[in-house]
Amino acid sequence: MIRMTYQFASSRHKWKFMRKYWPLYALSLPGIIYFVIFRYVPLFGSVIAFQNYNIFKGIGGSAWVGLDHFKRMFEYAEFVPILKNTILIGLYDLCFAFPVPIVLALLLNELRIMAYKRIVQTVVYMPHFLSWVIVGGIVVGVLSPSTGIVNHVLSLLGVDPIYFLGENGYIRSILVGSGIWKDSGWGTIIYLAAIAGINPDLYEAAQMDGASRLRQVSSITIPSILPTIVILFLLQIGNFLDFGFERVFVFLNPLNSENGEIIDTYVYRAGLVDRQYSYTTAIGLFKSVVGLALIVIGNKLSKKATGEGLY
Amino acid sequence: MIMTRGQRWFNVCNIVFLGVIGLSMVLPLIHIVAQSFSDAVAINAGDVSLWPVGFTLASYKLILSDPSIWAGFRNSVFFTAAGTLINLLMTSMLAYPLSRAEYLYRKAVLVFVLFTLVFSAPLIPNYLLVKQLGLLDTPWALLLPMAISAYNLFIMRSFFVNIPNELIDSAKIDGCGEFRTFWKIVLPLSKPALATMGIIYAVAHWNRYSEAVFYLSDRTWIPLQVRLREIVFTDQYGQSDVTSELLTLVSPEGVKMAVIVVATLPIMLVYPFLQKHFIQGMLVGSVKS
Repeated sequence: MIRMTYQFASSRHKWKFMRKYWPLYALSLPGIIYFVIFRYVPLFGSVIAFQNYNIFKGIGGSAWVGLDHFKRMFEYAEFVPILKNTILIGLYDLCFAFPVPIVLALLLNELRIMAYKRIVQTVVYMPHFLSWVIVGGIVVGVLSPSTGIVNHVLSLLGVDPIYFLGENGYIRSILVGSGIWKDSGWGTIIYLAAIAGINPDLYEAAQMDGASRLRQVSSITIPSILPTIVILFLLQIGNFLDFGFERVFVFLNPLNSENGEIIDTYVYRAGLVDRQYSYTTAIGLFKSVVGLALIVIGNKLSKKATGEGLY
Repeated sequence: MIMTRGQRWFNVCNIVFLGVIGLSMVLPLIHIVAQSFSDAVAINAGDVSLWPVGFTLASYKLILSDPSIWAGFRNSVFFTAAGTLINLLMTSMLAYPLSRAEYLYRKAVLVFVLFTLVFSAPLIPNYLLVKQLGLLDTPWALLLPMAISAYNLFIMRSFFVNIPNELIDSAKIDGCGEFRTFWKIVLPLSKPALATMGIIYAVAHWNRYSEAVFYLSDRTWIPLQVRLREIVFTDQYGQSDVTSELLTLVSPEGVKMAVIVVATLPIMLVYPFLQKHFIQGMLVGSVKS
């Protein structure tokens, strides 16, 4: 336990105290150096968004161009559809994927056979540990036009096989759906913990008053986990444009990229592959700033509406 | 407690519904295992559902004769082992001083770390850093940039904070220096925490894909996940020294499924431990943040 903070009579005393405990500072040094080099240096390196960065001239020698790259972003016909994809996929994710763990946690909580509850929990947590490449592989297998089980069922119903991954119309549903499959079970953990923390006396009192189970859920369980829901919702809002590189990139192909390409995959393609370093750094910064702004705004709104917030 | 008819109905429906959800997580995996053990004719006819039809090991023989898959597997094992070791060492070395009152600039360092969680640099500056450090196309590119996860650091610190001060004090009375106390008392006491952290980090290393795509253009060090994606999505397999006889025996789908099984197996083997430790770790972390 950290039980106290130290007060010093003079800076000489403080210095002596620090000398006495120098091994602690020595232990922390590699970690601090790590954060400086691998987290803060790139952060400062982001100034290349305001330059025409040239890898041979470096940050010191490259010309400054102000906000040119940010203006170019919105003038480029290429970028606007990608922003639209990112926003739409983020919205679908918020509407369809976010509520699933809440509903699952409430239903799991109503299971009265404990052994069965444990089995279901073990099974639904499992996909979280698979990589996106493996999840992608499973989706490819299940949706395969020739051998997949989905098209097999469709053919029994007399529908022609559909190449789901080769059509623009399906890619967003596949992206959001595969996320639900992979992570909604895992997402229940935090809600189940919140539910477990509810005072049992509340339920007892409600039962005495003759409240039905549905009534208990709506009047006790949901209000009690509302703070958790609000916090996770705000975090998700902050990551609104951050759907994730990997989970999109594994599914992307020329047949579905019109609707599937998002900011992260575009930054990889235009920045890393085509070497437009400054332009794509500007896009990345834009994304981070929007995320931060969304969190701040969301936090203000939610504090007004529910009294709950992140900070 | 006496249940009304409505409640009994709800219970039955709930049990069935959650059972279906659970099956939807398991059945695709079983389908894939079944396909990987089935012969080409059965797969192409769409006869395979949850049990192998025309049992054969041809798909596995084919992928195990592909040296690039072995190389990917070896690389992934190396990154997982070496990476986790680096992670544990670096994370606990920083987390321990942050749990001690005698470390005076605790708050400042915590804020310094916390900030990186709130605001992180875009892809390109990270890439340019790795490039300028000369790490591109070296194994270090998949080890050093992810040496500490800030989130895991906070979890680790909260474990250390809960070690009673009396234990640390008594070690010092016995004449242990700070380094010895850390190495001989604190770390052995934190074995459960280290196991949890180790598993969290190891899974991340095994599943790592993006950084490999960003930082490795040379094929020497590519991990299994990258090879897996090529096979599953672009049908590039068996181009090297595979006998044509084997190629005629297998279906491309069967081969893909066999590679998925091979890449998933290690995760499935540790899953029982994962589930136990991971959830504790995650809850500690969420309570603290």
